[in-house]
Amino acid sequence: MSRQAFAYLALLALGIALPFFVYPVLVMKVLCFALFACAFNLLLGYTGLLSFGHAAFFGTAAYVAGYAIKGWGFPTELGLLAGTAASAFLGWAVGSLAIRRTGIYFAMVTLALAQMVYFIFLQAPFTGGEDGLQGVPRGRLLGLIDLSRDLNLYYFVLAIFVFAFWLIYRTIHSPFGHVLTAIRENEPRAISLGYDVAKYKLLAFVLSAGLSGLAGATKMLVFKFATLTDAHWHASGEVVLMTILGGMGTVLGPVVGSSTIVTLQNELADKVGSLVTVIMGMIFVVCVLAFRRGIVGEISALYKRMIGARNEQ
Amino acid sequence: MTAIFDIPIQALMAQLMLGLVNGSFYAVLSLGLAVIFGMLNIINFAHGALYMMGAFLAWMGLEYLGIGYWPSLLLAPLAVGLFGILIERSMLQWLYKLDHLYGLLLTFGLALVIEGFFTNSYGVSGQPYSIPAELTGGFNLGFMFLPYYRGWVILASLLVCFATWFGIEKTRLGAYLRAATENPQLTQAFGINVPLMVMLTYGFGAALAGFAGALAAPVIQVSPLMGSHLIITVFAVVVIGGMGSILGSIVTGLGLGVIEGLTNLLYPAASNTVVFVIMAIVLMVRPAGLFGKEK
Amino acid sequence: MRCKLLNVAVAALLIPVASFASAEAKTAAMKLSDNTVKIGVLTDMSGVYSDLGGQGAVTAVQMAIDDFKAQYKPKFNIEMVYADHQNKADVGSNKVREWYDTEGVDMVTDVLNSGVALAVAKVTQEKKRVVMFVGSASTRLTDQDCTPNTVHYAYDTYSLANVAGKAIVKNGGDTWFFLTSDYAFGHSLEKDTSEVVKANGGKVLGSVRHPLNASDFSSYLLQAQASRAKIIGLANAGGDTINAIKAASEFGITKNQQLAGLLMFITDIHALGLPTTQGMLLTAGFYWDRDDETRKFSKRYFDKTKRNPTMVQAGDYSAVTTYLKAVQAAGTDDAAAVMAKMKETPINDFFAKNGKIRADGRMIHDMYLVQVKKPSESKYPWDYYIIKSVVPGDEAFQPLSVSQCPLVKK
Repeated sequence: MSRQAFAYLALLALGIALPFFVYPVLVMKVLCFALFACAFNLLLGYTGLLSFGHAAFFGTAAYVAGYAIKGWGFPTELGLLAGTAASAFLGWAVGSLAIRRTGIYFAMVTLALAQMVYFIFLQAPFTGGEDGLQGVPRGRLLGLIDLSRDLNLYYFVLAIFVFAFWLIYRTIHSPFGHVLTAIRENEPRAISLGYDVAKYKLLAFVLSAGLSGLAGATKMLVFKFATLTDAHWHASGEVVLMTILGGMGTVLGPVVGSSTIVTLQNELADKVGSLVTVIMGMIFVVCVLAFRRGIVGEISALYKRMIGARNEQ
Repeated sequence: MTAIFDIPIQALMAQLMLGLVNGSFYAVLSLGLAVIFGMLNIINFAHGALYMMGAFLAWMGLEYLGIGYWPSLLLAPLAVGLFGILIERSMLQWLYKLDHLYGLLLTFGLALVIEGFFTNSYGVSGQPYSIPAELTGGFNLGFMFLPYYRGWVILASLLVCFATWFGIEKTRLGAYLRAATENPQLTQAFGINVPLMVMLTYGFGAALAGFAGALAAPVIQVSPLMGSHLIITVFAVVVIGGMGSILGSIVTGLGLGVIEGLTNLLYPAASNTVVFVIMAIVLMVRPAGLFGKEK
Repeated sequence: MRCKLLNVAVAALLIPVASFASAEAKTAAMKLSDNTVKIGVLTDMSGVYSDLGGQGAVTAVQMAIDDFKAQYKPKFNIEMVYADHQNKADVGSNKVREWYDTEGVDMVTDVLNSGVALAVAKVTQEKKRVVMFVGSASTRLTDQDCTPNTVHYAYDTYSLANVAGKAIVKNGGDTWFFLTSDYAFGHSLEKDTSEVVKANGGKVLGSVRHPLNASDFSSYLLQAQASRAKIIGLANAGGDTINAIKAASEFGITKNQQLAGLLMFITDIHALGLPTTQGMLLTAGFYWDRDDETRKFSKRYFDKTKRNPTMVQAGDYSAVTTYLKAVQAAGTDDAAAVMAKMKETPINDFFAKNGKIRADGRMIHDMYLVQVKKPSESKYPWDYYIIKSVVPGDEAFQPLSVSQCPLVKK
C-alpha cells in the first residue's frame, strides 16, 4: 500500500471516529463546507477561474432539495439529486454568460448573477423569503435508515463527502483535469493546441456548480432548513477564503481551510460576536498579502525546500 | 391628463425622482470604481465599505464633535480619501505585480474588516441623520412633491461627476493621469512620479465613495450594511457600462437608477433584479459593455 | 507524488487540531438529574428589534431568576444563557439546536422575530423542550404551526389587529394600505388586520412589502400615497416603524393620510417623541404606569437599565417566573409535565391577572387599547399612554373555535 493511500485511509478513520468526540452536527457542517470548498477549488485552483457567486449554487440546491423533499414528498436521496441537478443546470446558465468575460469581469459577473438569484429567492413564494424553508424532514435513507438520528445522518454525510472528494480527485488527475490546468497556466497556448477552451471552462463550471449544490443540499438536510444565508454573497466570499487559506490548487487545502474557518467561527461566535467578520476579513488580507499559497501550499513548499537542501548535501 | 397607462402622473414623477437619486449614487460610485480601475487595474471591493464610512464619519462628526452637515460633506470624503491612501501605501502597492484578482480579494477582505468593525461598534440597525435645516421641506410642483434634499443630492452628484470628468479629460493633471494609465513605464521615464499618481488616484476614488456616503446619510439609515447592499448593484452597473469611459459610468449609473424607479412603479417585485437582468442581456449582446472597448 | 503525499500528511495533522479545539464535547445530561434548570434567552441583540428585547430582555430574565431564587428557595440551580439571533431564522434555530444538544438548555424564551420563532418551535418540538415566545408576534405560532411544546405569551398579531385595528376602523379609518415587513410577522399582521378591517366594513386598497431593516422607505411610502387610502397601516415593528414614520413626514404624507402603527412599543414612542406620535391608537399587553404593581416592577427595571420595560421585556420576566413555578410544582423539568402544569395553573402577577395558557399554547390575558398622549398631557418622563379601554383576553385573542391548531379538541 502506498504511503499516500495510507494517509487517506488514516483521514477516513479519523472521519469515522470524530463524531464520538465532537458535536456531530458541527462536524457535518465542516464536511459540507469542505465539499463546497473542494468543488470551488476545482474552478479556482485547477481552472484559474475566480467565481464570486458560488453561494448561488450552494443555496439553489438547498432550496430545490428542501422543496422536493418537503413539498413534493421526494425520498431523501432523490431530493438531494434534484438539488444537485438544479445547481448544475444553473451553473450551465451562469457559466455560459460568465465565460464570455475573463479575470476580474468574470468575478464581477458571477457575483452579480448570484445576487440576482439571491433576490429571486428573497421573493419567490416557495422559499419562504426571510423565514426560509423550514422544517424539512430528514427522512429515511433508502427507506430504511432513520436519518433523524444525528449519528446515522453523520455517516451518510461522510459517505457523500468521500464520494464527492473521490470524484474531484479523479477529475483533477484525469486528462480532462490536465487540460483545465493547461488553460489555467496559459490560455492562448491551450487554444493554439486546438482545445475548445470555452467548452472546457463551461464543463468545469457546471461540475463545480453541481458539486457545490450537493454540498448545499446536504447542509440543508443537516439543519433541516434552507435559508437566504446559504445564497448570500457572504457565503460566496467565505468559500473563497476557505480555499485560499487552505491552499488553492492543492487537493486537501480546501478541507483544511474549511475546517479551520468553520471551527473558528463556531468557537468565536459567542465570544466576540460580530468581530468574527473582522477576524475573517483580516485572515483574508493576511492570506492575500503574505500567504498566497495557503496552509497546505506553504507547508509543502517548506517540505520541498528541506528535501532540496538535504539532496544538495 | 393626469395618468399614463392608469398610472397617476404624480406617482410616475415621484418614482422617477427617487430613481434619479439612486442613480446619482450609482453614478458617483461607479465613477470612483472606474477611476481606480483605470489606474490600478483593481476592482475595489471595499468601495461599498468606504461609502459606508463616509456616511458614518458624517454621523459621528455630528454625534460626537458637533460638526454639521456642510463641513461634513467636505471633511468626511477627505478623511475617507486619506484612509484610502493609507490602504494603498500599506497593502495595495504590494500587489501590482500579481494577478489583478488579488486586488479584488484583498479589498474584499478589507470590506469585511471595515463592515465588521462598524457592526460591532454600532449594531446593524440604522443611525438616524437629520436633513440639514436649510434643506428640509420641499417644492410642491403641482404634479409632484420634490423634497429639497433629494433635489440637492441629484444636483451635487452631477456637479461632482462633471468636475471629475473635466479634471481627467481637460486638465494637465488629467493628461498625466491618462498617460500613466496607458503606459506607466514611459510616463515614469518622462519624469512623472507614477506611484504618487497611483496613490492619489486611489485616494480620490475612495474620497468619491466617502462623498456619496456623506450625501446619502440624511436620505437613508446610516448602517454598517448600507455599502454592501449597494456595491454589488454598482458592480453590475460597471459591467453594463464597461470600464472604459468616465462619461459611460455616469450615464449608465443615472440611467439604471431611472429604470429601477420605473420598475418600482410598473412591477415592484422586479425592482431588485432589473439591473442584473439588464446586465445579463448586455453580456449576451455586447460582452464588453455599452461604453467599453474589448481589451 | 512526494508533495501530494505531504499534503495528505499535513492535512491529517491539521484537521484534528482544528476540530478538537472545539471538542470540549459537552454531551450533557438532559434531565433535571443534572439538578439545573437552564434558560436560554434568544433575542435580537444588535438589530432593529434590540430596543424591544435585546439586553433589556436578558436583564428582565435575570431579574426573574434572582427573584424566584430569593422567594421560593428552589432545590435546583437556575442558569441562564443568551444569544443574538441576528434576525436570521437559521442562526437562531441552529443556536437553539446546539443549546439543546450540548448545553442542556431546558427552556428558550423571548425569540423576538416570528421567522426565527417558527424555526425554533420546530427544533423545540423535535428535541422535546419548552419554548415561551414573548417578542414574536405571528398568530401562526399557536394556530396552524402550534406545537405541544410552545407557549405564546404577551401578544399576537390577531390581538393587535383586534384591539387597535378595530378601534381605528370604527373611528372612520375605513380604507387601508399596508406597509408590510416582508416575513412571517409582517404577513401575519397584514392578514389579521385586513380581516378585521373587512369585517368592520372597511376596505383594503393594497399593500407593499419591504425587507426587514429597510434602509429607505420613500419608495414604499410613495406607493402608499398613490393609493389614497385614509390609513397607512404599518405592519412592521421596532426600527422599521420608526423610520417609516420619519420618512412619511419628509414627504408630507401625514397631511392627508394617517399612519397606524400596528405594533408599537413604549420605546418607539420614546424615540419618536410625543409631537410625532400623539393621538395614535395602539394595542398594549402591558403598560408600566397601569397600577402600583406594574410601577413597582418597572421602577426596579428602570434602575438597572435607565428605561421602562416594553411589553416584551415585562413579558419575559413573567414567562420565566411562570415556567420556574411550574418546574417547582411538577418536580421535574420534563417538558410534557411542565407544560401540563403550566396549562392548569392560572397566572397572577403584575403582568397578567387570571391569565391562562390554553390548549394551543396561547396565554390569555387582558389587552389594552391605548392612545398616545398629547405633549401637554404628559406630566412626567415616560408618561405616554392613556388607557382607553381594557379588552378581556377572551375577546382580544383568536377564539379556539376557529383555531387550526391540531391540539385543540373540537
